[in-house]
Amino acid sequence: MARDKIRIGCGAGFSDDRIPPGVEIVERGDLDYLAMECLAERTIARETLDRAKDPSKGYTPVLLERMEAIMPPALRRGVKIVTNMGAANPMGAARVLREHAPDWNCPDYSCAVVQGDEVTDIMRAHPELPLMEDGAPLESLLPRMASANAYLGADVVARGFATGADLVITGRVADPALFLGPMLHAFGWSYDDYQKLANGTLAGHLLECSGQLTGGCFADPGKKEVEDLAGLGYPLADVWADGRVEVSKTPGSGGRLDVATCTEQLLYEMHDPSAYITPDCVLDVSGVTFRQLEKDRVALNGARGKPRTATYKVVVGYFDGYMGSGEMGFAGVNAVARANLGIEVVKERLRRRGMVYEEMRVDLIGMNSLHANDADWAPEPYEVRLRIAARTTDKKAAEAVGAEVRSLHMQGPTGAGGGVNFGARQILAVKSVLIPREWVSPEIVMERAA
Amino acid sequence: MSIRVYDIAHARAGDKGNTSNISVTAYSEEGWAVIHRELTPERVLAHFRHLTPGPVRRYELPQLRALNFVIENALGGGVTRSLAIDPHGKSLSALMLTINLPGHNEGVGTP
Repeated sequence: MARDKIRIGCGAGFSDDRIPPGVEIVERGDLDYLAMECLAERTIARETLDRAKDPSKGYTPVLLERMEAIMPPALRRGVKIVTNMGAANPMGAARVLREHAPDWNCPDYSCAVVQGDEVTDIMRAHPELPLMEDGAPLESLLPRMASANAYLGADVVARGFATGADLVITGRVADPALFLGPMLHAFGWSYDDYQKLANGTLAGHLLECSGQLTGGCFADPGKKEVEDLAGLGYPLADVWADGRVEVSKTPGSGGRLDVATCTEQLLYEMHDPSAYITPDCVLDVSGVTFRQLEKDRVALNGARGKPRTATYKVVVGYFDGYMGSGEMGFAGVNAVARANLGIEVVKERLRRRGMVYEEMRVDLIGMNSLHANDADWAPEPYEVRLRIAARTTDKKAAEAVGAEVRSLHMQGPTGAGGGVNFGARQILAVKSVLIPREWVSPEIVMERAA
Repeated sequence: MSIRVYDIAHARAGDKGNTSNISVTAYSEEGWAVIHRELTPERVLAHFRHLTPGPVRRYELPQLRALNFVIENALGGGVTRSLAIDPHGKSLSALMLTINLPGHNEGVGTP
């Protein structure tokens, strides 16, 4: 039955996002749908490796903790959930939730799983595909490939809900599509009605980073105040069948939602505002306007939609060596000179041990670690912290970096303190290719209790 | 006489691969006139030159009093393999706000 209006809330904007505001928006937001976006570009590669070690794993590691808090109140209130926490194993996620649901006093529920975003076999069959980053053939990455997933669109999310499911679990789906999907389903919008697809995609784009629409990433004391930032609430969208959208946030929560926060989030991770490419449409926000209707409520206007492209974007995760790092603090008179001596000592010790690095980076935290132009543009600080990070194909060389930094405690310049060895971690990098849509066949599979 | 971007606008940085995008939104119409005229891609690139050779592209959204700068090669080789302490370049919005623009009339700051 087609609806006139629905309300969709955002319950998470990244995998380790804060859980309490997600519970709060379910309990106080009067929602019809809750979407949780928990899949960064490369996390799915990590989860693909987890699944290779244990076929029951491969979903987002925080799945159980988050769902234990969110699922019971959502199901009790009839709030339908969509999330990409299925990551590299959506069916595995659905099964483990079903195992735990009785312990959480969840009412009975129906769960649909979206499959088919995983395309590693297609990548192996097409080594000639050009990488979007540099045009080089995909071939060079294939021996090191860890994962490959196509960004699916809102149509598959809508198909998931069309089964009557209370819960739709996906792997890789474009972030805004998690929000557009419920609209397609609830209103029966045509998948070729680009004006409505644009409005819904814009709403999804604004909501998908949770608190970044409602005062997160915004406060600057004395300049840009945010009320009760500690109690920052998550955003929601009221969407009408005719495509009208207003955004707001959990009633009574902290934060702010106004034209300024909407404008910052509109352009977040956007390049050409007239061509934001999603699997569902090419969104043009160059004429978007925001109108404050009341406190913490803004109407969206002016989005335009152009036809979707004939391709899906695929993100390929691949191994790219190891990174090792460590830090050490220095304070007081001549602190910077002692830190610089420490850097030279570490570099020389690594060199004498025969360690080889592709790239090494040295920072003086407090002076130039983020983006300061040079140490000379700030007065010398009372204390400074050296950081050395290096990338290499040799795991032992990566491990040596932090170890040598930390040993400055006893074998470096005087007055060194607070050393940390961050150890070595394997680097999972990503690159992208485009593939024809018809190469991918997403399917909806129902998960049932055993 | 000069004015900092910080005094007349706010900013947010996002990342995609090795490209940073930074939006700059003026608090007022007067501030918009200043950033629209003075905050050129060339000036931004000059301020970011220690981090990237560029290029820098600028998009304009006058109805929102906003500029969107797309700064290529700014993230140390890309988020996933960068050695930087801030591989996403989230803090680059603050660098944008430290740019000084040539002097103009007073009273274009926060209302």
